[in-house]
Amino acid sequence: MIGKSVPRKEGREKVAGRARYVDDLSFPGMLHGVTVRSPAARGRIRATRFEGEIPWHEFTVVTAKDIPGKNCIALLIEDQPCLAAEFVNHPEEAIVLLAHHDRYLLEEARRCVRIEIEPMPAIFSIDDSLAREEIIWGQDNIFKSFHVEKGDVDGAWTGAAFVVEGTYETGAQEQLYIEPQGMIAQVSEAEGVTVWGSLQCPHYVHKALMVLFGLPRERIRVVQTETGGGFGGKEEYPSMIAAHAALLARKSGRPVKIIYDRAEDMVATTKRHPSRTRHRTAVDRDGKLLAMDIDFTVDGGAYETLSPVVLSRGTIHAAGPYACPNVRIRSRAVATNAPPHGAFRGFGAPQSVFALERHLDRVAEAVGIASDELRRRNFIHEGQTLAVGQVVKEKVDMNGLMGRAFELSGYHAKRKQFAAENSNARGAIKRGIGFASFLHGAGFTGSGEEYLASEVAMEAMADGTVHILAGSTEMGQGTNTIFAQIAAEALRLDCEQMKIIQPDTAYVPNSGPTVASRTAMIVGKLVETAGLGLLKLLTDGGFLRPGYTAADFSRACGEYVAKHGPLKSFVKYEHPRDLHWDDQKYSGDAYGAYAWALYVAEVSVDIRTAEVRVNDFVAVQEVGKVINPVLAAGQIEGGVAQGIGFALYENVVWQEGRMVNAQMTNYVMPTSVDLPAIRVYFEEIPYGRGPAGAKGIGELPLDGTAPAIANAIAHATGVDVRRIPITAESLLEMLEAVHA
Amino acid sequence: MPKRARKIRVSCEVNGDAASFEAYPMTRLLDVLREELKLTGTKEGCGEGECGACSIEMDGALVNSCLVPALQAQGVKIRTIEGLAIHGSLHAVQQAFITHGGAQCGICTPGMILAAVNLLARHSQPDDTQIREGLSGNLCRCTGYMKIFESVVAAVRRAETRA
Repeated sequence: MIGKSVPRKEGREKVAGRARYVDDLSFPGMLHGVTVRSPAARGRIRATRFEGEIPWHEFTVVTAKDIPGKNCIALLIEDQPCLAAEFVNHPEEAIVLLAHHDRYLLEEARRCVRIEIEPMPAIFSIDDSLAREEIIWGQDNIFKSFHVEKGDVDGAWTGAAFVVEGTYETGAQEQLYIEPQGMIAQVSEAEGVTVWGSLQCPHYVHKALMVLFGLPRERIRVVQTETGGGFGGKEEYPSMIAAHAALLARKSGRPVKIIYDRAEDMVATTKRHPSRTRHRTAVDRDGKLLAMDIDFTVDGGAYETLSPVVLSRGTIHAAGPYACPNVRIRSRAVATNAPPHGAFRGFGAPQSVFALERHLDRVAEAVGIASDELRRRNFIHEGQTLAVGQVVKEKVDMNGLMGRAFELSGYHAKRKQFAAENSNARGAIKRGIGFASFLHGAGFTGSGEEYLASEVAMEAMADGTVHILAGSTEMGQGTNTIFAQIAAEALRLDCEQMKIIQPDTAYVPNSGPTVASRTAMIVGKLVETAGLGLLKLLTDGGFLRPGYTAADFSRACGEYVAKHGPLKSFVKYEHPRDLHWDDQKYSGDAYGAYAWALYVAEVSVDIRTAEVRVNDFVAVQEVGKVINPVLAAGQIEGGVAQGIGFALYENVVWQEGRMVNAQMTNYVMPTSVDLPAIRVYFEEIPYGRGPAGAKGIGELPLDGTAPAIANAIAHATGVDVRRIPITAESLLEMLEAVHA
Repeated sequence: MPKRARKIRVSCEVNGDAASFEAYPMTRLLDVLREELKLTGTKEGCGEGECGACSIEMDGALVNSCLVPALQAQGVKIRTIEGLAIHGSLHAVQQAFITHGGAQCGICTPGMILAAVNLLARHSQPDDTQIREGLSGNLCRCTGYMKIFESVVAAVRRAETRA
């Protein structure tokens, strides 16, 4: 079953239009809910007025006073209110909730609630936050900071032949799942609080609702409905919508549905953290890295949410797949009066990897060697240590990946050809080719998996059907299918015999959040172990002998259940003893395994209009054993498309902390006519601790795509790209500067 | 209370069957399909005609049902994703989307499949450019479109081998 392109488990329902997403569900007596939000970035709430010709007595109205437990959305800490009570700290912060059965009248009513705010000074940039003239969070506007230190950075500068500095920035990016966020809640004395919705992490929502309602574990139930894309955007924010729907349901005594429209989804929910990275790099005459001093800052928005962990991943990935003896990385997540930025596929790494890979092309230029030669002289090899002090134990072969990617893309020939054409021809179309080399760690960072202690259960029914129970969610990336494949492989059965139980906190164990490229590698391994556990029960009990058929297995299950009752296997994650992590020094084995990659982008730039087209894209990566080639390639292709959007099109326009282009009309993502052929190739070196040798894959493509494109644009035009997105407007300005 | 328009009765054909409903004239056809006719396979992604998740066929033309007022449905023939499979047997394009990875999260899939079917009705042998342009009104955030193109090509090939 492993290595085969088994069709998507829930594919038939999806292509037939029968898959049920949250907005497709309707309950008897159900009301609709809406959110009234802050018109100001920061201030004190003076008054709330219910105006207009609205029959207000028909409405359920909820404010912070209606919260039975703690007024917060509990995540890492409890700083973010569920509903602002006295102060607001960002535009569009939720203040009042309304419910009514008529959603058209409800929308009119929403516009008739006046929130009066006495404004307070607000800050909207990393610089303003660091200046600390206004303290808007904690003592110093800093959510979290890290300091990674390897070797002796201060002693390395004097011996350097070249010292290269640079500052790089990345913009916010909207996840733009095509299904907007939504939840339905029901609250009753008998059953407690139940929510159904579009979400990645049922147990995150569960925890938040326990704190909000002050209820014990068993009185809260969270059910994931079919989820139309997440990409991190449905990691933490669904807790907020679930909380709002549940408060309205509690007060009205009716089921309440909240579905965001696109504008609300874009203006109010999380985005990728904007970032700024400063590099100072010492190299010797031959381009060997002597020291890297990296300063990495992300804008976290108004509340902490997941910023510390986003910062962590960005920090650890900031020095890339290179063996540099002396590395310092200082990083921080700062507060601004924008809606909190949050999880988005790559989780901090796309930001710091963009900076590094763009910077290294500049370092190569300073040394006077080819950019690939600079990488080749510094690539990390088995036995060498990464910036965080992790000794690489994988059979990493970055040179091999580079060779293959260059051969497939015709890199060397094109590099020469384009350079010659660009300098000779008078044509307006300049072409370029560039690359990025990078790594991405799979699973929670450091001791994270140990604390999570994920659990998976499996039960074989009397008819031989095998139920897989986990809190890991399907949101398009293929969880259902690969879990079925992994279990089927362990049990030597067909995938059709495997049944995925819908994530529902009342029935499935907590296998951790569906994030961090951890589902295939970490949770998949638990599924494999659970399958082997079932098999052992059957063989040890004498119900099944080696060489069994599917029919034998089903018969054995029937006999076991008749004799002993339910046939279940339950597995809990055990952290490998040879993986060590020091949270204080921020050093050690950051991840159990990494995916390694080299991406090549070919572009053409019309220097009259500054329009960029990506003409070819080659993505070569080593991700361990590929479980399902079609699904895996689909992950990379989709990730590269999002990366192209991140690099070129997706520009969040801010005004006083509010996104002003919150529409698909003016926030532009790639369409079918914008993308090149995305050519995906896998190298497979089985990883001993992954299921059948698999590693993580989901986030990887977001890291290397944007810098490969930026380097290609620099090659085509000579423009020293320092910031993404490289919109036509920004590129035009840079082109004018070059030619001035 | 703000004044409201009066509801009108609209009769049309939906997936081969006669259908009749009452709605305000400017109610979105998308809402009629999903709420009155319980055809929830048609999805809302943006509500402004950008994403194509609500694509349906109206008298053979591909339209964004979020931009069509209910009154415009009078007397027309509508096809939604629910009308594509015949007696439970999937359309070649639907089958190809399963086999070739054309669907990931599935939310754009009904609209995307209708756009592909509509394209194939106009061009039975579409080239790469025609496929890309034919699907350019339908946004997909998961696949990067490559597997969708492959699915369309595979559906064409399957139709050829059958002919």
